[in-house]
Amino acid sequence: MEITLRSLLTLVHGMGFGALYLLACSGAIVELYRRYSPGSLRPIEVEDERFLGGYLVAMAVLAWLAVLTGAYVIYPWYRAVLPPGTVDLAGFPQRLLMASPSTIEWHSIGMEWKEHVAWLAPISITMAAAVFIRHGRNLTRHPQLRNAVLGFVFVSFVAAGIAGFFGAMLDKYAPVQGGQTIQLMHGEKP
Amino acid sequence: MKTKTVSISSGAQDFPNGGGAAALLAAGIGSFMVAFFAILADKSTAIKSLMIFYKPTGALSGVTTCAILVWLVSWAILARRWRGRMVSLGPITATALILLGLSLLLTFPPIADLL
Repeated sequence: MEITLRSLLTLVHGMGFGALYLLACSGAIVELYRRYSPGSLRPIEVEDERFLGGYLVAMAVLAWLAVLTGAYVIYPWYRAVLPPGTVDLAGFPQRLLMASPSTIEWHSIGMEWKEHVAWLAPISITMAAAVFIRHGRNLTRHPQLRNAVLGFVFVSFVAAGIAGFFGAMLDKYAPVQGGQTIQLMHGEKP
Repeated sequence: MKTKTVSISSGAQDFPNGGGAAALLAAGIGSFMVAFFAILADKSTAIKSLMIFYKPTGALSGVTTCAILVWLVSWAILARRWRGRMVSLGPITATALILLGLSLLLTFPPIADLL
């Protein structure tokens, strides 16, 4: 069982940072919606407040790691320049997608949208973490602020979902491959 | 944006909302700037060349770096102006959410291509 270094780092970017961020979004939305609504009857403990603050900061770190690895590690491999005379497009995902009318839109819509929309997630969740750390339980006294923060967290979830969906589809049609081969497991002889 | 100081009867005046409002509006501005710079770079080859801060990543490096800089600078300015103040949240949250919605739409290539 082998994997190339580029495939491994693409997995870390998508499954490690991106998918984990998407999973974390549901927790943040539920917590902000349920516990910090103006009519919430249960008192908010200091530990609860500290936990959600840490949770949102961890989400912000994940979101920044996802977009930064995507833009500065994976994307350069995706858009690698094709040397003249190259026939095998396997190591040039963008060129591979653009070579066929049945796959070109995965690049011109999928990648073009993903590479920009993904950045809404770290901006939104960093704001949410900062507002929460500043206001904490007092968000219940500012329902408009709390609703707007919820809206931003929801849009960050949608943005990360769009980026994740297109990332998975792009990697299906034109996987980022190459680099050192890492042997994960030695198989038995057939 | 012109803001006014408001009085709130629920006791919220003990907890000024200016800092939170600044972060919120700045996030809307920053998000919108991602779409704005992406469209600028797409429409003008000169701007696209200027946006190449890191060649392997191409114009995306400049588009996102510029958007992040505008976001952070606007956040710092708004936070300084509204620190310790109670501001009217209605127009601020509406503006921030409209900017966020626009950024979601305008990063979608078929819509951006209509401009």
